[in-house]
Amino acid sequence: MKVYDAIVIGAGHNGLTTAAYLAKAGMDVIVLERQPYIGGATVSRELYPGFTYSNCSYVCSLMRPEIMRDLELPRHGLQVIPYEGGVTMMRNGDYFATYPNHDQNRREIARHSAHDAEAYDYFGAETLRQCRFIKKMLLTTPPDPTSFKPRDLFGLLDIARRFHGLGEEWMYDTIRFWTMSCADFLDQYFESEVVKGHLAGTSIIGTALGPYSPGSAYVLLHHYMGEVDGSIGSWGYARGGMGAVSGSLANSFQSYGGEIRTAAEVEQIIVKNNRAVGVALSGGEEVLGKMVISNMDVKRTFDKSMDPADLPEDFLHRVRNFKIRGSSGKLNIALDGLPDFPSIPDGCRGRTGDMHVSDSMEYLERGYDDWKDGTWSREPYIDMMIPSLTDPTMAPPGKHYMSVFVQYVPPYLADGQWNDEKRAAFGKTVIDKIAEYSPNFKDLILHAEVRTPWDIENETGLTEGNIFQGELTMDQLMFNRPVPGYAQYRAPVKNLYMCGSSTHPGGGVMGAPGANAAREILLDMRIKT
Amino acid sequence: MTPEPYEAQLLETPFHARTSSLCSTRQWGNWSGFASVNAYTSVDMEYFAARSTAALFDISPMTKYAITGSDAASYLNRLLTRNMEKVKPGRVVYAVWCNDAGMVIDDGTVFCLGENDYRLCSQERHLPWLLDSAIGYNVEIKDITSGIAALAVQGPTSSAVLKAMGLVGIENLKPYSLTEFDLDGHSLMVSRTGFTGDLGYELWIDPGAAELLWDRLMEVGSLYGLRPMGSEALEMTRIEAGFIQAGVEFFPGDLPTRPDRLRSPFELGMGWLVDFDKGHFIGRRALLQEKKTGSRYALVGLDIEGNKPALHSFVYQGKDTEVGIVASAMWSPTCKRNIAIASLKTPYHKDNHGLWVDVYVYRELKWERIHASCKVVDKQFFNPPRRWATPAGDR
Repeated sequence: MKVYDAIVIGAGHNGLTTAAYLAKAGMDVIVLERQPYIGGATVSRELYPGFTYSNCSYVCSLMRPEIMRDLELPRHGLQVIPYEGGVTMMRNGDYFATYPNHDQNRREIARHSAHDAEAYDYFGAETLRQCRFIKKMLLTTPPDPTSFKPRDLFGLLDIARRFHGLGEEWMYDTIRFWTMSCADFLDQYFESEVVKGHLAGTSIIGTALGPYSPGSAYVLLHHYMGEVDGSIGSWGYARGGMGAVSGSLANSFQSYGGEIRTAAEVEQIIVKNNRAVGVALSGGEEVLGKMVISNMDVKRTFDKSMDPADLPEDFLHRVRNFKIRGSSGKLNIALDGLPDFPSIPDGCRGRTGDMHVSDSMEYLERGYDDWKDGTWSREPYIDMMIPSLTDPTMAPPGKHYMSVFVQYVPPYLADGQWNDEKRAAFGKTVIDKIAEYSPNFKDLILHAEVRTPWDIENETGLTEGNIFQGELTMDQLMFNRPVPGYAQYRAPVKNLYMCGSSTHPGGGVMGAPGANAAREILLDMRIKT
Repeated sequence: MTPEPYEAQLLETPFHARTSSLCSTRQWGNWSGFASVNAYTSVDMEYFAARSTAALFDISPMTKYAITGSDAASYLNRLLTRNMEKVKPGRVVYAVWCNDAGMVIDDGTVFCLGENDYRLCSQERHLPWLLDSAIGYNVEIKDITSGIAALAVQGPTSSAVLKAMGLVGIENLKPYSLTEFDLDGHSLMVSRTGFTGDLGYELWIDPGAAELLWDRLMEVGSLYGLRPMGSEALEMTRIEAGFIQAGVEFFPGDLPTRPDRLRSPFELGMGWLVDFDKGHFIGRRALLQEKKTGSRYALVGLDIEGNKPALHSFVYQGKDTEVGIVASAMWSPTCKRNIAIASLKTPYHKDNHGLWVDVYVYRELKWERIHASCKVVDKQFFNPPRRWATPAGDR
């Protein structure tokens, strides 16, 4: 029976990234995917004729340019197109837009607060400083502060040196930044509620925290540290939907001789003599490999796909307590035309980017309160975009695809499990909310895919539908991610590795966990690249 | 009325009323004496329109000569290095022409409108050279630059835009071909040509119908993401496509004032345009000699480490041997590579080891020097299949 050099469980973007790097280095790699299609949460599907959805993740910024270059993703079909700013529609009928042009942006903020218009530059400089500090760590394996290995010591020394390089004042700021709430962070700069409400959106995305919760400032940064073509903090669309990211990774992987098998669900990771030797598929078939690499989140990997007897109890205990709470839902909508948004003036290009209705910090926090009560937000946070305004491949001319990310949506409801009826009620809440700002919206709907955390877990395998494979809070970052002592992509079982977003530097379509895991594996294999 | 020289530095193109009302950056450049928009709203977004939807670019300032008369074909065969006998009416070719020393005077496109009826489009003006080399031929050469309004529609949805405007069958037009349509009684010539290296068309019309054409395109184009593009975004697409530009990759004709600054077609990677079998042409003897003894330079594409454009950097080999210079450089948003077009001394373009460039980046009161290794690659960095597909795709 064939023994592969490596088996990767899950054809998400990180699994494919690891697989492509290993295949490029000459290894014989197979990727096993449970679904009949690849991509995990980086997926595009046609669920209504003529329309392509980005069913889960929907925008691109964090994907590391180094990976795109190493794996030649543009040649394999990836094109990322930036979009121009965004807009928040306000309950009083006004709007707040952002623009890529500095002075247009300044004048727009000044319509809401003259003070904030100029404070925006300070805010921008501070986030850039923090991004620059953290950027170097993204494609680096986190050094273990308890280890005396030279590589860990050098890694720590490097962080310490760069930290001291920030200077006294910025060192204090950096430490505070990593633990403070988004509200406290924004209050340092802004007074206008709508400006803060608009900016705070990214501090809660994918996270079961409110903007007043400590730690939420870091989540905001996590969404700023991406780039499109060197423009830090910019976001874009993958042409053809997010499936183009996984598709180009798969093409790259296959060009190096890699093999992808879909509709192959891994039921168990087989361990013999404390070594991973292969996997058992749900049909009973076994696939053997010299190593197994899991792109699944840590709970799914260790708690659901392994025999507990194969794992140390301490480790398993920490895995079970890893915070991976679901907080978001998604609607994908096919539209017969462009919806009117009367509060946004014609010619304002904010509508080609992210659109929101959360015009204050309180709006967001109240939404979080509902989540804590075990129900979806009655006034939900909405991150809504119309990619077809930028990407002609998503919908027929004149028709549009709308992607609506929604928060907060709990994985378990106070009155029981999710079911079809509750999903429909959740969808109605969101559609009604959008229709408050768009009178012709409901008439244009041709098809809508409504996804709760329950659906996301069932389809992609993400525990509780948590889009980051684990929350991005200080206690679960860097050398603590996913579990202290196991942050360097190796599991407590020999020849078993982790490459998903549960590992450093975390979630978002970044590819960094996958690239870092590949580097560690090649190091263990003593393969030089 | 064309203003007198004392009245205006720059002339307006036939689209000026439209382009000026849309140019919200107020950034204009000088293209051959015409005011040309550098950027309408955002260079990046205009660039991405050309790469993802469609972009509209005013190419009216391009220098255009009408070349007619019973000797027109044989005259062009003498002037240009490529064989014009093979070029039939309805076709467009890219061509270069040289001086007697085999050095390139300019490059351009030649449109074969009919038997002995040509249009030559170039970056620079060359009337004296064209007329002088026509002595003895029955041929008439006229500068018709101001007599034709022209627009480029470039990008993946460009064919769909033209189809929606009523140009029936446009998708069947082959690359480097031209055809005629009627636009409300005006004759509209359309060629499948362009400077972006993507699917795209150029539209040529009487200046009186210029605004009609612009309005019609913008009206139907709104469903297809059509967006006006300025010359800065065009320049990005030009470099990605690996096209050379007069005054950048080479200095045209007899204008450089320093010796050794000229380049031959071979030294610009244009050897494929030289046809020694067609009989005599200007520069033939010198080019034959160069073929025998070898070229001094080679124009290559470079893939450079990092993301800082290496514009006008020296190219070094080994420790510090200076082997060439970067002519054009940019971060390519589509290829996600730091690309450049460079002129290297031969034979350094062949040994792809140990090449590097020195990039200087000025950051907050400090020069930072980046030693970036690079390698020679095909300079056609971007060349998608949709550029060549017939029938042309919709998106």
